[in-house]
Amino acid sequence: MSILVYIEHAEGKVKKTSLEAVSFAHALSGKTGEGEVVAVALGTVSADELAAVGKAGAAKVLHSSDERLNAGVIQAHATAVAQAFAAVGAKTLVLAKSSLGDAVAARLAIKLNAGLVSNVVELPSTSAGYVVKRSIYTGKAFAETTVTTENKILAVKKNAVDLKTDGTEAVVENLSVTISDSDFASKITSTERATGEVLLPEADIVVSGGRGMKGPENWGMLEDLAKTLGAATGCSKPVSDIGWRPHHEHVGQTGVKVAPSLYVAVGISGAIQHLAGVNSSKCIVVINKDPEAPFFKAADYGIVGDAFEIVPKLTDALKAEL
Amino acid sequence: MKILVCITHVPDTTSKIQFTANNTKFDTTGVQFIIGPYDDYALARAVELRDQTGGSLTVLNVGEAETEPTLRKALAIGADDAIRVNAFPKDSYFVAKQIAHYAKEGGYELILMGRESIDFNGGMVHGMVGELLGMPSFSPVMKLDLEGNTVKMAREIEGGKEYLEAQLPLIAGCQEPIAEWKIPNMRGIMSARTKPLNVVEAVTQKTQAEASSYQLPPAKGSVKLIDKDQVSELVKLLKNEAKVL
Ligand SMILES: Cc1cc2nc3c(=O)[nH]c(=O)nc-3n(C[C@H](O)[C@H](O)[C@H](O)COP(=O)(O)OP(=O)(O)OC[C@H]3O[C@@H](n4cnc5c(N)ncnc54)[C@H](O)[C@@H]3O)c2cc1C
Repeated sequence: MSILVYIEHAEGKVKKTSLEAVSFAHALSGKTGEGEVVAVALGTVSADELAAVGKAGAAKVLHSSDERLNAGVIQAHATAVAQAFAAVGAKTLVLAKSSLGDAVAARLAIKLNAGLVSNVVELPSTSAGYVVKRSIYTGKAFAETTVTTENKILAVKKNAVDLKTDGTEAVVENLSVTISDSDFASKITSTERATGEVLLPEADIVVSGGRGMKGPENWGMLEDLAKTLGAATGCSKPVSDIGWRPHHEHVGQTGVKVAPSLYVAVGISGAIQHLAGVNSSKCIVVINKDPEAPFFKAADYGIVGDAFEIVPKLTDALKAEL
Repeated sequence: MKILVCITHVPDTTSKIQFTANNTKFDTTGVQFIIGPYDDYALARAVELRDQTGGSLTVLNVGEAETEPTLRKALAIGADDAIRVNAFPKDSYFVAKQIAHYAKEGGYELILMGRESIDFNGGMVHGMVGELLGMPSFSPVMKLDLEGNTVKMAREIEGGKEYLEAQLPLIAGCQEPIAEWKIPNMRGIMSARTKPLNVVEAVTQKTQAEASSYQLPPAKGSVKLIDKDQVSELVKLLKNEAKVL
Protein backbone atom coordinates (compact mmCIF):
# COMPACT_ATOMS: atom_id res chain seq x y z
CA MET A 1 0.00 0.00 0.00
CA SER A 2 1.12 3.58 -0.56
CA ILE A 3 -0.14 7.15 -0.72
CA LEU A 4 0.01 8.77 -4.14
CA VAL A 5 0.88 12.45 -4.62
CA TYR A 6 0.29 14.25 -7.92
CA ILE A 7 3.15 16.72 -8.35
CA GLU A 8 3.40 19.60 -10.81
CA HIS A 9 6.47 21.22 -12.28
CA ALA A 10 7.12 24.42 -14.20
CA GLU A 11 10.26 25.48 -16.03
CA GLY A 12 12.03 22.29 -15.00
CA LYS A 13 11.37 22.66 -11.29
CA VAL A 14 8.91 20.83 -9.09
CA LYS A 15 6.55 23.38 -7.55
CA LYS A 16 7.04 24.16 -3.89
CA THR A 17 3.34 23.63 -3.23
CA SER A 18 3.68 20.11 -4.67
CA LEU A 19 6.60 19.45 -2.32
CA GLU A 20 4.38 20.56 0.55
CA ALA A 21 1.77 18.05 -0.64
CA VAL A 22 4.46 15.34 -0.52
CA SER A 23 5.33 16.36 3.06
CA PHE A 24 1.62 16.31 3.91
CA ALA A 25 1.31 12.76 2.55
CA HIS A 26 4.42 11.70 4.46
CA ALA A 27 2.96 12.97 7.74
CA LEU A 28 -0.42 11.43 6.87
CA SER A 29 1.12 8.04 6.26
CA GLY A 30 2.86 8.29 9.64
CA LYS A 31 -0.62 8.58 11.11
CA THR A 32 -2.62 6.09 9.03
CA GLY A 33 0.10 3.54 8.28
CA GLU A 34 -0.62 3.74 4.56
CA GLY A 35 2.96 2.90 3.68
CA GLU A 36 5.39 4.80 1.52
CA VAL A 37 4.70 8.01 -0.35
CA VAL A 38 4.83 7.70 -4.13
CA ALA A 39 4.77 10.85 -6.27
CA VAL A 40 3.61 10.91 -9.87
CA ALA A 41 5.11 13.43 -12.32
CA LEU A 42 3.98 13.93 -15.92
CA GLY A 43 5.93 15.41 -18.83
CA THR A 44 9.52 16.51 -19.29
CA VAL A 45 11.45 17.06 -16.06
CA SER A 46 14.92 15.84 -15.09
CA ALA A 47 15.52 12.68 -13.04
CA ASP A 48 17.69 14.67 -10.61
CA GLU A 49 14.90 17.13 -9.96
CA LEU A 50 12.51 14.23 -9.33
CA ALA A 51 14.91 12.36 -7.06
CA ALA A 52 15.08 15.50 -4.91
CA VAL A 53 11.34 15.12 -4.20
CA GLY A 54 12.56 12.48 -1.75
CA LYS A 55 13.75 15.24 0.57
CA ALA A 56 10.15 16.27 1.07
CA GLY A 57 9.18 12.71 2.00
CA ALA A 58 8.60 10.62 -1.14
CA ALA A 59 10.18 7.18 -1.36
CA LYS A 60 9.51 6.84 -5.06
CA VAL A 61 8.58 9.00 -8.04
CA LEU A 62 6.70 7.53 -10.99
CA HIS A 63 7.48 9.51 -14.10
CA SER A 64 5.83 9.49 -17.49
CA SER A 65 7.99 11.52 -19.85
CA ASP A 66 5.33 11.45 -22.61
CA GLU A 67 5.85 14.88 -24.18
CA ARG A 68 2.18 15.30 -24.87
CA LEU A 69 1.79 15.66 -21.10
CA ASN A 70 4.03 18.74 -20.97
CA ALA A 71 0.99 20.87 -21.59
CA GLY A 72 -1.41 20.49 -18.70
CA VAL A 73 -4.23 18.90 -20.69
CA ILE A 74 -6.70 18.27 -17.90
CA GLN A 75 -8.35 15.07 -19.16
CA ALA A 76 -5.04 13.44 -20.10
CA HIS A 77 -3.49 14.24 -16.73
CA ALA A 78 -6.53 12.81 -14.93
CA THR A 79 -6.29 9.58 -16.93
CA ALA A 80 -2.56 9.23 -16.25
CA VAL A 81 -2.90 9.85 -12.51
CA ALA A 82 -5.78 7.34 -12.27
CA GLN A 83 -3.52 4.71 -13.83
CA ALA A 84 -0.71 5.50 -11.39
CA PHE A 85 -3.20 5.27 -8.51
CA ALA A 86 -4.22 1.77 -9.59
CA ALA A 87 -0.61 0.74 -10.27
CA VAL A 88 0.57 1.49 -6.73
CA GLY A 89 -2.62 0.24 -5.06
CA ALA A 90 -3.20 3.56 -3.32
CA LYS A 91 -6.33 4.49 -1.39
CA THR A 92 -5.41 8.14 -0.91
CA LEU A 93 -4.33 10.78 -3.42
CA VAL A 94 -2.85 14.03 -2.14
CA LEU A 95 -2.19 17.11 -4.27
CA ALA A 96 -1.64 20.83 -3.87
CA LYS A 97 -4.51 23.13 -4.75
CA SER A 98 -3.71 24.86 -8.04
CA SER A 99 -5.28 25.80 -11.33
CA LEU A 100 -4.41 22.46 -12.92
CA GLY A 101 -4.55 20.40 -9.71
CA ASP A 102 -8.14 21.38 -8.94
CA ALA A 103 -9.31 20.62 -12.46
CA VAL A 104 -7.58 17.23 -12.49
CA ALA A 105 -8.70 16.28 -8.95
CA ALA A 106 -12.37 16.84 -9.74
CA ARG A 107 -12.29 14.40 -12.66
CA LEU A 108 -10.32 11.91 -10.58
CA ALA A 109 -12.95 11.99 -7.85
CA ILE A 110 -15.34 10.38 -10.33
CA LYS A 111 -12.78 8.08 -11.96
CA LEU A 112 -11.64 6.72 -8.59
CA ASN A 113 -15.02 6.95 -6.85
CA ALA A 114 -13.19 8.92 -4.18
CA GLY A 115 -14.51 11.40 -1.65
CA LEU A 116 -12.76 14.66 -2.40
CA VAL A 117 -11.95 17.39 0.10
CA SER A 118 -10.48 20.66 -1.13
CA ASN A 119 -8.72 23.45 0.79
CA VAL A 120 -7.49 21.00 3.42
CA VAL A 121 -5.71 22.90 6.19
CA GLU A 122 -4.40 20.15 8.46
CA LEU A 123 -3.91 16.40 8.71
CA PRO A 124 -7.16 14.41 8.92
CA SER A 125 -8.31 13.08 12.24
CA THR A 126 -8.96 9.34 12.13
CA SER A 127 -10.06 8.60 15.70
CA ALA A 128 -13.80 8.66 14.88
CA GLY A 129 -14.33 8.20 11.17
CA TYR A 130 -12.18 10.09 8.65
CA VAL A 131 -12.60 13.77 9.38
CA VAL A 132 -10.82 16.46 7.40
CA LYS A 133 -10.63 20.14 8.33
CA ARG A 134 -10.95 22.48 5.37
CA SER A 135 -11.20 26.20 4.89
CA ILE A 136 -14.62 27.51 3.73
CA TYR A 137 -16.36 30.87 3.15
CA THR A 138 -13.16 32.07 1.51
CA GLY A 139 -11.07 31.70 4.63
CA LYS A 140 -13.71 33.07 7.00
CA ALA A 141 -14.50 29.68 8.59
CA PHE A 142 -13.57 26.01 8.72
CA ALA A 143 -15.61 22.86 8.20
CA GLU A 144 -14.95 19.41 9.60
CA THR A 145 -15.78 17.13 6.71
CA THR A 146 -16.47 13.43 7.09
CA VAL A 147 -15.28 11.29 4.18
CA THR A 148 -17.15 8.02 3.82
CA THR A 149 -15.56 6.45 0.73
CA GLU A 150 -12.70 3.99 0.76
CA ASN A 151 -10.70 6.03 -1.77
CA LYS A 152 -9.95 9.60 -0.82
CA ILE A 153 -8.54 12.72 -2.47
CA LEU A 154 -7.17 15.61 -0.43
CA ALA A 155 -6.42 18.91 -2.19
CA VAL A 156 -4.16 20.66 0.28
CA LYS A 157 -3.98 24.39 0.89
CA LYS A 158 -0.62 26.12 1.15
CA ASN A 159 1.02 25.96 4.62
CA ALA A 160 -1.12 23.03 5.82
CA VAL A 161 2.07 21.34 7.04
CA ASP A 162 5.71 22.34 7.33
CA LEU A 163 7.82 21.40 4.34
CA LYS A 164 10.04 18.43 5.14
CA THR A 165 13.58 18.85 3.82
CA ASP A 166 15.54 16.08 5.53
CA GLY A 167 14.39 13.05 3.53
CA THR A 168 16.62 10.98 1.28
CA GLU A 169 16.63 10.88 -2.51
CA ALA A 170 13.64 9.16 -4.08
CA VAL A 171 13.85 6.27 -6.52
CA VAL A 172 12.65 7.45 -9.93
CA GLU A 173 10.79 4.86 -11.98
CA ASN A 174 9.30 5.00 -15.42
CA LEU A 175 5.51 5.05 -15.53
CA SER A 176 3.90 3.88 -18.71
CA VAL A 177 0.41 5.16 -19.28
CA THR A 178 -2.16 4.55 -21.99
CA ILE A 179 -4.01 7.69 -22.90
CA SER A 180 -6.52 7.77 -25.72
CA ASP A 181 -6.43 10.52 -28.33
CA SER A 182 -9.82 11.76 -27.16
CA ASP A 183 -8.17 12.83 -23.89
CA PHE A 184 -5.97 15.10 -25.98
CA ALA A 185 -8.85 16.44 -28.08
CA SER A 186 -8.61 19.88 -26.53
CA LYS A 187 -5.48 21.78 -27.54
CA ILE A 188 -3.48 24.28 -25.58
CA THR A 189 -2.54 26.72 -28.35
CA SER A 190 -0.27 29.01 -26.31
CA THR A 191 0.72 29.93 -22.80
CA GLU A 192 1.54 33.31 -21.31
CA ARG A 193 3.40 33.17 -18.07
CA ALA A 194 5.32 35.74 -16.12
CA THR A 195 8.79 34.16 -16.09
CA GLY A 196 11.53 34.48 -13.56
CA GLU A 197 9.22 36.22 -11.11
CA VAL A 198 7.90 34.91 -7.83
CA LEU A 199 4.43 33.59 -8.60
CA LEU A 200 1.69 35.13 -6.51
CA PRO A 201 -0.27 32.02 -5.41
CA GLU A 202 2.93 30.36 -4.21
CA ALA A 203 4.74 33.38 -2.80
CA ASP A 204 5.95 33.50 0.76
CA ILE A 205 5.85 37.31 0.79
CA VAL A 206 3.39 39.45 -1.16
CA VAL A 207 3.44 43.22 -1.75
CA SER A 208 0.05 44.47 -2.95
CA GLY A 209 -1.11 47.86 -4.14
CA GLY A 210 -4.58 49.39 -4.33
CA ARG A 211 -6.25 52.38 -5.86
CA GLY A 212 -4.29 54.55 -3.43
CA MET A 213 -1.27 54.03 -5.71
CA LYS A 214 -2.96 56.49 -8.09
CA GLY A 215 -1.72 54.95 -11.35
CA PRO A 216 0.29 52.17 -13.00
CA GLU A 217 3.31 54.46 -13.36
CA ASN A 218 3.75 54.33 -9.58
CA TRP A 219 4.17 50.56 -9.37
CA GLY A 220 7.95 50.85 -9.68
CA MET A 221 8.28 51.58 -5.97
CA LEU A 222 6.19 48.53 -5.08
CA GLU A 223 8.28 46.40 -7.41
CA ASP A 224 11.45 47.70 -5.71
CA LEU A 225 10.01 46.81 -2.34
CA ALA A 226 8.93 43.38 -3.62
CA LYS A 227 12.35 42.74 -5.11
CA THR A 228 14.07 43.64 -1.86
CA LEU A 229 11.81 41.21 0.00
CA GLY A 230 11.88 38.48 -2.65
CA ALA A 231 8.14 38.97 -2.87
CA ALA A 232 5.45 38.62 -5.53
CA THR A 233 3.32 41.65 -6.40
CA GLY A 234 -0.47 41.69 -6.08
CA CYS A 235 -3.25 44.26 -6.32
CA SER A 236 -6.87 44.98 -5.47
CA LYS A 237 -9.68 44.25 -7.91
CA PRO A 238 -10.30 47.80 -9.14
CA VAL A 239 -6.60 48.05 -9.99
CA SER A 240 -6.79 45.06 -12.33
CA ASP A 241 -10.26 46.09 -13.57
CA ILE A 242 -8.89 49.44 -14.80
CA GLY A 243 -5.92 47.61 -16.29
CA TRP A 244 -3.17 49.09 -14.14
CA ARG A 245 -2.03 45.55 -13.42
CA PRO A 246 -2.65 42.16 -15.06
CA HIS A 247 -5.64 40.15 -13.93
CA HIS A 248 -3.62 37.30 -12.43
CA GLU A 249 -2.32 39.71 -9.76
CA HIS A 250 -5.81 40.49 -8.44
CA VAL A 251 -6.14 39.28 -4.85
CA GLY A 252 -9.40 38.66 -3.03
CA GLN A 253 -12.79 37.03 -3.03
CA THR A 254 -12.97 36.94 -6.81
CA GLY A 255 -9.23 36.70 -7.44
CA VAL A 256 -6.19 34.88 -6.11
CA LYS A 257 -6.34 33.68 -2.51
CA VAL A 258 -2.88 34.03 -1.04
CA ALA A 259 -1.41 32.49 2.10
CA PRO A 260 2.03 34.09 2.54
CA SER A 261 3.99 34.55 5.75
CA LEU A 262 3.93 38.29 5.10
CA TYR A 263 1.36 40.37 3.20
CA VAL A 264 2.12 44.07 2.72
CA ALA A 265 -0.90 46.11 1.62
CA VAL A 266 -0.26 49.59 0.27
CA GLY A 267 -3.11 52.02 -0.51
CA ILE A 268 -5.76 49.31 -0.21
CA SER A 269 -8.82 50.16 1.90
CA GLY A 270 -9.39 46.60 3.13
CA ALA A 271 -12.89 45.89 1.81
CA ILE A 272 -14.26 42.59 3.07
CA GLN A 273 -13.92 41.08 -0.42
CA HIS A 274 -10.23 41.94 -0.53
CA LEU A 275 -9.67 40.59 2.99
CA ALA A 276 -11.24 37.28 1.94
CA GLY A 277 -8.20 36.67 -0.25
CA VAL A 278 -5.57 37.46 2.39
CA ASN A 279 -6.98 36.16 5.66
CA SER A 280 -4.72 33.09 5.60
CA SER A 281 -1.60 35.27 5.76
CA LYS A 282 0.57 34.80 8.86
CA CYS A 283 1.40 38.49 9.21
CA ILE A 284 -0.22 41.54 7.58
CA VAL A 285 1.34 45.01 7.27
CA VAL A 286 -0.88 47.89 6.14
CA ILE A 287 0.27 51.24 4.81
CA ASN A 288 -2.60 53.66 4.31
CA LYS A 289 -3.01 57.42 4.73
CA ASP A 290 -6.45 57.01 6.28
CA PRO A 291 -6.26 55.90 9.94
CA GLU A 292 -9.89 54.72 9.63
CA ALA A 293 -9.18 52.36 6.72
CA PRO A 294 -10.81 49.02 7.59
CA PHE A 295 -7.64 47.14 6.67
CA PHE A 296 -6.00 48.25 9.94
CA LYS A 297 -8.50 46.06 11.84
CA ALA A 298 -7.17 42.99 10.01
CA ALA A 299 -3.51 43.99 10.26
CA ASP A 300 -0.71 42.99 12.61
CA TYR A 301 1.37 46.10 11.93
CA GLY A 302 0.36 49.38 10.38
CA ILE A 303 1.77 52.72 9.31
CA VAL A 304 -0.58 55.64 8.82
CA GLY A 305 0.77 57.93 6.14
CA ASP A 306 1.43 58.62 2.49
CA ALA A 307 2.56 55.54 0.57
CA PHE A 308 4.70 57.63 -1.77
CA GLU A 309 6.77 58.73 1.21
CA ILE A 310 6.76 55.51 3.26
CA VAL A 311 7.36 52.80 0.65
CA PRO A 312 10.79 54.07 -0.54
CA LYS A 313 11.84 54.55 3.10
CA LEU A 314 10.76 51.02 3.92
CA THR A 315 12.70 49.61 0.98
CA ASP A 316 15.81 51.48 2.14
CA ALA A 317 15.37 50.30 5.72
CA LEU A 318 15.02 46.72 4.54
CA LYS A 319 18.10 46.98 2.35
CA ALA A 320 20.05 48.23 5.35
CA GLU A 321 18.78 45.46 7.60
CA LEU A 322 18.72 42.37 5.35
CA MET B 1 -27.55 25.88 -29.14
CA LYS B 2 -28.75 24.79 -25.71
CA ILE B 3 -26.80 26.40 -22.88
CA LEU B 4 -27.07 25.42 -19.22
CA VAL B 5 -25.78 27.65 -16.43
CA CYS B 6 -25.55 26.19 -12.93
CA ILE B 7 -25.79 28.74 -10.16
CA THR B 8 -25.25 28.68 -6.43
CA HIS B 9 -27.33 30.52 -3.86
CA VAL B 10 -24.80 31.94 -1.43
CA PRO B 11 -24.45 34.61 1.28
CA ASP B 12 -23.64 38.11 0.01
CA THR B 13 -19.87 38.73 0.14
CA THR B 14 -20.27 41.18 3.03
CA SER B 15 -22.17 38.70 5.25
CA LYS B 16 -21.04 37.98 8.76
CA ILE B 17 -20.29 34.26 8.87
CA GLN B 18 -21.77 32.59 11.98
CA PHE B 19 -23.06 29.16 12.89
CA THR B 20 -25.91 27.84 15.04
CA ALA B 21 -27.21 24.52 16.37
CA ASN B 22 -23.99 23.78 18.19
CA ASN B 23 -21.90 24.79 15.18
CA THR B 24 -23.57 22.35 12.80
CA LYS B 25 -25.57 24.85 10.73
CA PHE B 26 -24.88 28.11 8.93
CA ASP B 27 -26.72 30.95 10.65
CA THR B 28 -28.85 32.69 8.03
CA THR B 29 -30.09 35.40 10.42
CA GLY B 30 -29.81 38.77 8.67
CA VAL B 31 -27.97 37.24 5.72
CA GLN B 32 -28.82 38.27 2.20
CA PHE B 33 -28.41 35.61 -0.47
CA ILE B 34 -27.10 36.24 -3.97
CA ILE B 35 -26.14 34.40 -7.15
CA GLY B 36 -22.53 33.27 -6.56
CA PRO B 37 -20.28 36.02 -8.02
CA TYR B 38 -18.44 33.54 -10.26
CA ASP B 39 -21.75 32.02 -11.39
CA ASP B 40 -22.87 35.55 -12.17
CA TYR B 41 -19.93 35.90 -14.59
CA ALA B 42 -20.87 32.57 -16.20
CA LEU B 43 -24.47 33.71 -16.54
CA ALA B 44 -23.48 37.06 -18.05
CA ARG B 45 -21.34 35.35 -20.71
CA ALA B 46 -24.07 32.78 -21.37
CA VAL B 47 -26.61 35.55 -22.04
CA GLU B 48 -24.22 37.06 -24.60
CA LEU B 49 -23.59 33.69 -26.26
CA ARG B 50 -27.31 32.86 -26.34
CA ASP B 51 -27.98 36.22 -28.01
CA GLN B 52 -25.15 35.58 -30.46
CA THR B 53 -26.26 32.07 -31.43
CA GLY B 54 -29.99 32.40 -30.95
CA GLY B 55 -30.21 29.32 -28.79
CA SER B 56 -31.76 28.81 -25.38
CA LEU B 57 -30.42 29.42 -21.90
CA THR B 58 -31.53 27.42 -18.86
CA VAL B 59 -30.36 28.07 -15.29
CA LEU B 60 -30.23 25.30 -12.74
CA ASN B 61 -29.79 25.29 -9.01
CA VAL B 62 -29.70 22.37 -6.61
CA GLY B 63 -31.44 23.76 -3.56
CA GLU B 64 -34.52 23.98 -1.41
CA ALA B 65 -37.46 26.34 -1.96
CA GLU B 66 -35.67 29.37 -0.47
CA THR B 67 -33.34 29.54 -3.48
CA GLU B 68 -36.15 30.44 -5.89
CA PRO B 69 -35.67 34.23 -5.63
CA THR B 70 -32.05 33.65 -6.73
CA LEU B 71 -33.26 31.66 -9.74
CA ARG B 72 -35.81 34.41 -10.53
CA LYS B 73 -32.97 36.91 -10.50
CA ALA B 74 -31.11 34.79 -13.05
CA LEU B 75 -34.26 34.79 -15.19
CA ALA B 76 -34.40 38.58 -14.85
CA ILE B 77 -30.79 38.81 -16.01
CA GLY B 78 -31.73 36.91 -19.14
CA ALA B 79 -32.11 33.13 -18.74
CA ASP B 80 -35.11 31.68 -20.59
CA ASP B 81 -36.16 29.10 -18.04
CA ALA B 82 -35.04 27.70 -14.70
CA ILE B 83 -34.79 24.32 -13.04
CA ARG B 84 -34.63 23.84 -9.30
CA VAL B 85 -33.52 20.39 -8.25
CA ASN B 86 -35.32 20.06 -4.97
CA ALA B 87 -32.64 19.02 -2.47
CA PHE B 88 -30.22 20.50 0.01
CA PRO B 89 -26.79 20.57 -1.73
CA LYS B 90 -25.03 18.20 0.67
CA ASP B 91 -21.64 17.89 -0.98
CA SER B 92 -19.96 18.55 -4.36
CA TYR B 93 -20.47 14.95 -5.48
CA PHE B 94 -24.18 15.00 -4.69
CA VAL B 95 -24.60 18.28 -6.59
CA ALA B 96 -22.54 17.06 -9.56
CA LYS B 97 -24.67 13.93 -9.82
CA GLN B 98 -27.86 16.02 -9.95
CA ILE B 99 -26.47 18.37 -12.57
CA ALA B 100 -25.14 15.52 -14.69
CA HIS B 101 -28.52 13.79 -14.60
CA TYR B 102 -30.53 16.82 -15.71
CA ALA B 103 -27.89 18.06 -18.14
CA LYS B 104 -27.96 14.73 -19.92
CA GLU B 105 -31.73 14.70 -20.01
CA GLY B 106 -31.80 18.21 -21.45
CA GLY B 107 -29.07 17.58 -24.03
CA TYR B 108 -27.13 20.77 -23.30
CA GLU B 109 -24.07 21.46 -25.43
CA LEU B 110 -22.45 24.14 -23.34
CA ILE B 111 -22.55 23.99 -19.54
CA LEU B 112 -21.19 26.97 -17.65
CA MET B 113 -20.88 27.66 -13.95
CA GLY B 114 -18.66 29.64 -11.62
CA ARG B 115 -15.13 28.42 -10.97
CA GLU B 116 -16.19 27.82 -7.36
CA SER B 117 -18.97 28.62 -4.95
CA ILE B 118 -18.13 31.26 -2.37
CA ASP B 119 -19.53 29.25 0.54
CA PHE B 120 -17.64 25.97 0.30
CA ASN B 121 -15.05 27.09 -2.32
CA GLY B 122 -14.61 23.52 -3.57
CA GLY B 123 -14.28 24.39 -7.25
CA MET B 124 -14.89 20.76 -8.13
CA VAL B 125 -18.42 20.46 -9.49
CA HIS B 126 -17.61 21.34 -13.13
CA GLY B 127 -14.86 18.74 -13.34
CA MET B 128 -17.05 16.09 -11.74
CA VAL B 129 -19.93 16.82 -14.12
CA GLY B 130 -17.48 16.70 -17.03
CA GLU B 131 -16.20 13.28 -16.03
CA LEU B 132 -19.73 12.00 -15.34
CA LEU B 133 -20.91 13.08 -18.80
CA GLY B 134 -17.69 12.23 -20.61
CA MET B 135 -17.23 15.86 -21.66
CA PRO B 136 -14.06 17.92 -21.37
CA SER B 137 -14.06 20.40 -18.48
CA PHE B 138 -12.06 23.58 -18.07
CA SER B 139 -11.55 25.92 -15.13
CA PRO B 140 -10.89 28.71 -14.27
CA VAL B 141 -11.94 30.08 -17.66
CA MET B 142 -11.53 33.85 -18.12
CA LYS B 143 -12.42 34.10 -21.83
CA LEU B 144 -14.75 31.95 -23.91
CA ASP B 145 -15.66 32.52 -27.57
CA LEU B 146 -17.61 30.34 -29.96
CA GLU B 147 -16.67 29.80 -33.59
CA GLY B 148 -19.08 27.19 -34.90
CA ASN B 149 -18.44 24.09 -32.82
CA THR B 150 -15.02 25.28 -31.74
CA VAL B 151 -14.68 26.94 -28.38
CA LYS B 152 -11.72 29.22 -27.86
CA MET B 153 -10.86 29.81 -24.24
CA ALA B 154 -8.30 31.35 -21.94
CA ARG B 155 -7.72 29.56 -18.65
CA GLU B 156 -5.96 31.21 -15.75
CA ILE B 157 -2.84 29.45 -14.51
CA GLU B 158 -0.42 30.49 -11.77
CA GLY B 159 1.14 33.75 -12.95
CA GLY B 160 -0.50 33.85 -16.35
CA LYS B 161 -2.92 32.19 -18.71
CA GLU B 162 -3.16 29.46 -21.24
CA TYR B 163 -5.15 29.63 -24.49
CA LEU B 164 -7.16 26.58 -25.47
CA GLU B 165 -9.28 25.25 -28.26
CA ALA B 166 -11.85 22.52 -27.78
CA GLN B 167 -15.01 21.24 -29.40
CA LEU B 168 -18.57 21.34 -28.10
CA PRO B 169 -20.02 19.87 -25.97
CA LEU B 170 -18.01 21.04 -23.00
CA ILE B 171 -18.13 22.40 -19.49
CA ALA B 172 -16.41 25.48 -18.11
CA GLY B 173 -15.96 26.93 -14.63
CA CYS B 174 -15.87 30.69 -15.21
CA GLN B 175 -14.33 33.74 -13.62
CA GLU B 176 -13.76 37.36 -14.59
CA PRO B 177 -13.11 38.95 -17.01
CA ILE B 178 -15.19 36.52 -19.11
CA ALA B 179 -17.99 39.09 -19.15
CA GLU B 180 -19.24 41.94 -17.02
CA TRP B 181 -21.89 41.25 -14.40
CA LYS B 182 -25.33 42.12 -15.73
CA ILE B 183 -27.80 44.03 -13.60
CA PRO B 184 -31.44 43.09 -14.29
CA ASN B 185 -33.50 45.89 -15.81
CA MET B 186 -37.20 46.57 -15.17
CA ARG B 187 -38.34 44.65 -18.23
CA GLY B 188 -36.19 41.68 -17.20
CA ILE B 189 -37.63 41.71 -13.70
CA MET B 190 -41.21 41.84 -15.04
CA SER B 191 -40.70 39.04 -17.54
CA ALA B 192 -38.89 36.85 -14.98
CA ARG B 193 -42.16 36.51 -13.07
CA THR B 194 -43.78 34.56 -15.87
CA LYS B 195 -40.81 32.59 -17.20
CA PRO B 196 -40.95 28.87 -16.36
CA LEU B 197 -39.30 27.73 -13.13
CA ASN B 198 -39.61 23.96 -12.96
CA VAL B 199 -39.08 22.09 -9.73
CA VAL B 200 -37.77 18.56 -10.23
CA GLU B 201 -36.98 15.86 -7.71
CA ALA B 202 -33.39 14.97 -6.88
CA VAL B 203 -32.02 11.62 -7.96
CA THR B 204 -31.17 9.41 -5.00
CA GLN B 205 -27.51 9.74 -4.27
CA LYS B 206 -25.27 9.08 -1.28
CA THR B 207 -22.79 11.76 -0.28
CA GLN B 208 -19.04 11.20 -0.06
CA ALA B 209 -17.61 14.14 1.85
CA GLU B 210 -20.18 16.03 3.85
CA ALA B 211 -19.46 18.82 6.34
CA SER B 212 -20.35 17.76 9.86
CA SER B 213 -19.43 20.81 11.95
CA TYR B 214 -18.06 24.33 11.58
CA GLN B 215 -15.60 26.63 13.32
CA LEU B 216 -14.59 30.26 13.13
CA PRO B 217 -10.93 31.25 13.10
CA PRO B 218 -9.53 32.74 16.32
CA ALA B 219 -10.10 36.50 16.63
CA LYS B 220 -7.28 38.72 15.39
CA GLY B 221 -5.37 40.76 17.98
CA SER B 222 -5.22 44.52 17.54
CA VAL B 223 -2.86 46.24 15.14
CA LYS B 224 0.47 47.64 16.29
CA LEU B 225 0.93 51.09 14.75
CA ILE B 226 4.40 52.33 13.88
CA ASP B 227 5.21 56.01 13.42
CA LYS B 228 5.75 56.92 9.78
CA ASP B 229 9.09 58.48 10.62
CA GLN B 230 10.36 55.26 12.23
CA VAL B 231 10.05 52.82 9.37
CA SER B 232 13.14 50.91 10.49
CA GLU B 233 11.20 50.02 13.65
CA LEU B 234 8.80 48.04 11.45
CA VAL B 235 11.67 46.12 9.89
CA LYS B 236 12.92 45.17 13.36
CA LEU B 237 9.48 44.00 14.45
CA LEU B 238 9.01 41.90 11.32
CA LYS B 239 12.39 40.34 11.89
CA ASN B 240 12.44 39.79 15.63
CA GLU B 241 8.82 39.72 16.75
CA ALA B 242 6.79 38.36 13.81
CA LYS B 243 9.82 36.43 12.52
CA VAL B 244 8.69 36.64 8.91
CA LEU B 245 11.85 38.04 7.31
C1 LIG C 1 -18.88 40.55 -5.28
C2 LIG C 1 -17.68 41.40 -5.10
C3 LIG C 1 -16.43 40.81 -5.20
C4 LIG C 1 -15.26 41.58 -5.04
N1 LIG C 1 -14.05 40.95 -5.11
C5 LIG C 1 -12.94 41.65 -4.82
C6 LIG C 1 -11.66 41.03 -4.81
O1 LIG C 1 -11.53 39.83 -5.09
N2 LIG C 1 -10.57 41.78 -4.51
C7 LIG C 1 -10.66 43.11 -4.22
O2 LIG C 1 -9.62 43.72 -3.95
N3 LIG C 1 -11.84 43.73 -4.26
C8 LIG C 1 -12.98 43.04 -4.55
N4 LIG C 1 -14.18 43.69 -4.59
C9 LIG C 1 -14.18 45.18 -4.49
C10 LIG C 1 -14.08 45.70 -3.06
O3 LIG C 1 -15.38 45.81 -2.52
C11 LIG C 1 -13.42 47.10 -3.03
O4 LIG C 1 -14.13 47.96 -3.86
C12 LIG C 1 -11.95 47.09 -3.45
O5 LIG C 1 -11.21 46.10 -2.79
C13 LIG C 1 -11.33 48.44 -3.19
O6 LIG C 1 -10.03 48.50 -3.75
P1 LIG C 1 -8.94 49.51 -3.16
O7 LIG C 1 -8.78 49.24 -1.73
O8 LIG C 1 -7.75 49.41 -4.04
O9 LIG C 1 -9.57 50.93 -3.46
P2 LIG C 1 -10.25 51.97 -2.48
O10 LIG C 1 -11.34 51.36 -1.70
O11 LIG C 1 -10.53 53.14 -3.32
O12 LIG C 1 -9.12 52.30 -1.45
C14 LIG C 1 -7.96 53.02 -1.71
C15 LIG C 1 -7.23 53.20 -0.41
O13 LIG C 1 -6.01 53.87 -0.64
C16 LIG C 1 -5.75 54.78 0.39
N5 LIG C 1 -4.87 55.81 -0.15
C17 LIG C 1 -5.14 56.75 -1.08
N6 LIG C 1 -4.05 57.49 -1.35
C18 LIG C 1 -3.06 57.01 -0.57
C19 LIG C 1 -1.71 57.34 -0.39
N7 LIG C 1 -1.12 58.34 -1.07
N8 LIG C 1 -0.98 56.64 0.51
C20 LIG C 1 -1.54 55.62 1.21
N9 LIG C 1 -2.81 55.25 1.06
C21 LIG C 1 -3.58 55.93 0.19
C22 LIG C 1 -7.12 55.30 0.78
O14 LIG C 1 -7.11 55.79 2.12
C23 LIG C 1 -7.98 54.05 0.61
O15 LIG C 1 -8.06 53.33 1.85
C24 LIG C 1 -15.36 42.96 -4.79
C25 LIG C 1 -16.62 43.55 -4.69
C26 LIG C 1 -17.77 42.80 -4.85
C27 LIG C 1 -19.09 43.47 -4.73
